[in-house]
Amino acid sequence: MADTAAVSHGHGTGTGLSNNKLLMWVFLGSECLLFGGLISTYLIYRSRFGDGPAPGDIFDIPFTSVSSFVLLMSSLTMVLALAALQRGDIRNNRVWLLATALLGSLFIGGQVYEFTTFVREGLGYTTSPFSSAFFTLTGFHGVHVSLGIIMLMSLLISSFRGTLTKERSETVEIIGLYWHFVDVVWIFIFTVIYLVPSPTS
Amino acid sequence: MTYTMELEAPARPLGAYTRPKANTGWRDWVTTIDHKKIGILYGAAAMVFFVIGGIEALLIRLQLATPDGTVLGADTYNRVFTMHGVTMVFMVIMPLAAAFANYLLPLQVGARDVAFPRLNALSFWIFLAGAVFLNMSWLLGDSPDGGWFAYAPNTGVVFSPGKGMDFYAIGLQIMGIASLVSAMNLIVTVLNMRAPGMTLFKMPVFTWMILVVQFLLLFAVPVITVALFLLLFDRNFGSNFFNPEMGADPLLWQHLFWIFGHPEVYILILPSFGIISEVIPTFSRKPIFGYPFMVFSGIAIGFMGWGVWAHHMFVSGIGPISVAAFSVSTMFIAVPTGVKILNWLATMWGGRILFNTPMLFASGVVSMFTIGGLSGVTHSLAPADTQQTDTYYIVAHFHYVIFGGALLGIFAGFYFWWPKVFGHLLSDKLGKWNFWLMIVGFNMTFGPMHILGLQGMSRRIDSYSPGFGFEFWNMFATIGAFIIALGVLAFIVNVVMSARRARHEPPVGPDPWDARSLEWFTPNPTPVHNFDDEIQVEALDEFWHRKYGEDENGQVVRVASAEEVCQDGSATDTHLPSPSYWPVVLAAGLPFVGLGLLYTLWLCVPGAVLILMAIYGWSFEPVDDPDGPHGHHNDHDGDEPVDDGSGATPAEETAEEAPVG
Repeated sequence: MADTAAVSHGHGTGTGLSNNKLLMWVFLGSECLLFGGLISTYLIYRSRFGDGPAPGDIFDIPFTSVSSFVLLMSSLTMVLALAALQRGDIRNNRVWLLATALLGSLFIGGQVYEFTTFVREGLGYTTSPFSSAFFTLTGFHGVHVSLGIIMLMSLLISSFRGTLTKERSETVEIIGLYWHFVDVVWIFIFTVIYLVPSPTS
Repeated sequence: MTYTMELEAPARPLGAYTRPKANTGWRDWVTTIDHKKIGILYGAAAMVFFVIGGIEALLIRLQLATPDGTVLGADTYNRVFTMHGVTMVFMVIMPLAAAFANYLLPLQVGARDVAFPRLNALSFWIFLAGAVFLNMSWLLGDSPDGGWFAYAPNTGVVFSPGKGMDFYAIGLQIMGIASLVSAMNLIVTVLNMRAPGMTLFKMPVFTWMILVVQFLLLFAVPVITVALFLLLFDRNFGSNFFNPEMGADPLLWQHLFWIFGHPEVYILILPSFGIISEVIPTFSRKPIFGYPFMVFSGIAIGFMGWGVWAHHMFVSGIGPISVAAFSVSTMFIAVPTGVKILNWLATMWGGRILFNTPMLFASGVVSMFTIGGLSGVTHSLAPADTQQTDTYYIVAHFHYVIFGGALLGIFAGFYFWWPKVFGHLLSDKLGKWNFWLMIVGFNMTFGPMHILGLQGMSRRIDSYSPGFGFEFWNMFATIGAFIIALGVLAFIVNVVMSARRARHEPPVGPDPWDARSLEWFTPNPTPVHNFDDEIQVEALDEFWHRKYGEDENGQVVRVASAEEVCQDGSATDTHLPSPSYWPVVLAAGLPFVGLGLLYTLWLCVPGAVLILMAIYGWSFEPVDDPDGPHGHHNDHDGDEPVDDGSGATPAEETAEEAPVG
């Protein structure tokens, strides 16, 4: 992402997208296969819980629905942050960037709470193929959200240093692409793990 | 595009590190972000690993030359054949393809550099870090021994208790980052930075094949990333992905690996297809036959390559329906490959063929790959494959496609583009020695393996007892392997001798082969700034069309000499990207983290410090150094590299000079 400094708004490029934005799109294409592999692994192992807790026994769907809602709302604030910067409204841009980062952190907090609850209830990382696949898939997603939060904080820092101006709104747009992608992936994960009826023991 | 610098100006105070200034000596090579130098670095590093992997191959053949071989012993033998495979696939063929892609892709699409020069340098250094890390396992006494495809649960901690498979998993993970970054970079370069007028279907076939390969990498690398993570977690954190005792599926690894692994096969072969699609038309004095078919068959291979992975698993118990489906899809993928072979033959047909060394190697690819392709089709017949699985027949097959297909094509590329890169030709005489030694040795080594395999000799065994009829062909193959080594030696001698001879000879001139594509518009060797002026592309084989036109009878006649068409490399106002320390610093941190995960977490600390320092330095380093030295004696230092094609003025004059052809 460092080369976002090279401002090029995509005039005269082959695709009409700037190099930086196309790079992010291409990267997200690759990420689809990363999560595709992890989701497939989970689907193969969701009913292989051995003597440990079964997914249907342990999931707290209302709780996870709330934290999913929080994450989806962060996409809204991300859009507002970009719109603010495109208008040249630095102050609101900062507000919404901070809101996005906070909502993301709230989601991560929910995940930490969920993980610790599961471990207390006897679902450790090594309990069964199901538990390994569950923690790995949701953990990888959590790492992606966390990296997104770091990027948002970096944007905030550069905003306070005065370098995040209207002319560089594309940087926010590109990080926004990543953030929305991570949200969309969560919609898939939430559906596959929680909403599709899970086996019980 | 000077406003970039103004925007970057506030970031200067935090960029407290001094920027590399040198453009001579080793410092230049370490900090360079020039795609041409990075291409050369890829090539040089890969050739070092080629020699290492070749020595491993010779050790294997020595062990197997006679029955009850005692050269290596079973344990070392396992490590040697594993590392031979891993080295040749990930550290030789892939980086050699990357060498050609890096050097040629921007030139063939008429660009100043790749889209992200610093990321490009990062790709190379990360590749080198991963490769060195993996080979450090030899020094630390625990190299991987689970075969290049590392089937879990066999590679789980129960059956492979040492650290070897951890080296494998972390090493490939590191090199995977390099492939992924490089793939993203080159995709953006091709899609965004083509010269004006160069539509997708005016791109050279080599550029097309490299583009397909980058998409394959983009989508295949994350799959093996997942598999390697799961293996690492199983081995180190006790997860249960590959642990059948806890109910895990023992086929999960095989599926994940081959979903990556079969596209990987095309990642290895398609660059070579691209290279010979440039070489064969040039030396047949004809345009490529059926250009759209060449392109679409390459794309078709790219798509279909995702639907054949389970043919590696016919005997693993995936069930008759899966076997039948993958059997059929495997037969189908032979169709686009066959299209390519027929098109190469049709290109040669009726041409005035010049058998210079590049053409010899290219015809070697066509013939040897056909043999390998045909033995591949025999695997698609599941009943036959049941007999062939895990025998030397398989070893013969994949060496015919990877050595006979990929490597020979890369050698064709060496001889073809050597003047482009180094400004002098390689000796044709030594080149012919190189070719004939390699092709004879290659067929002596791997031809008999078909017979050995059908006789029932297992692959991966470290020795065999006398009396099975294996003795003769094994000795024969070992002799062949040393003849290949002589061929490689002839290449190395050729490189040294030709460089020496070139000092006393006049320069090679801009167009030694009467070539066809955009890279030959630049003088040889390519100047640091690539093109003097942007090229307005009007046809496929633009360079050729500016040299030749038609007379009133429709006969092709020469209308311009190469010297008239080529640029003279004298541009003085080209912007160059500034060199940077950070790619190499970031990459240097990765092996420390890897070793830290294996031995003591404390080693991760210097690794993490290097990585964080590099990311921090990188982020606050302007793409261009506002008050740095001017990169080259006749070049202004630069603006951002990405504005090629967007900021420059269209080269109207150049277009007007072009004869209509």
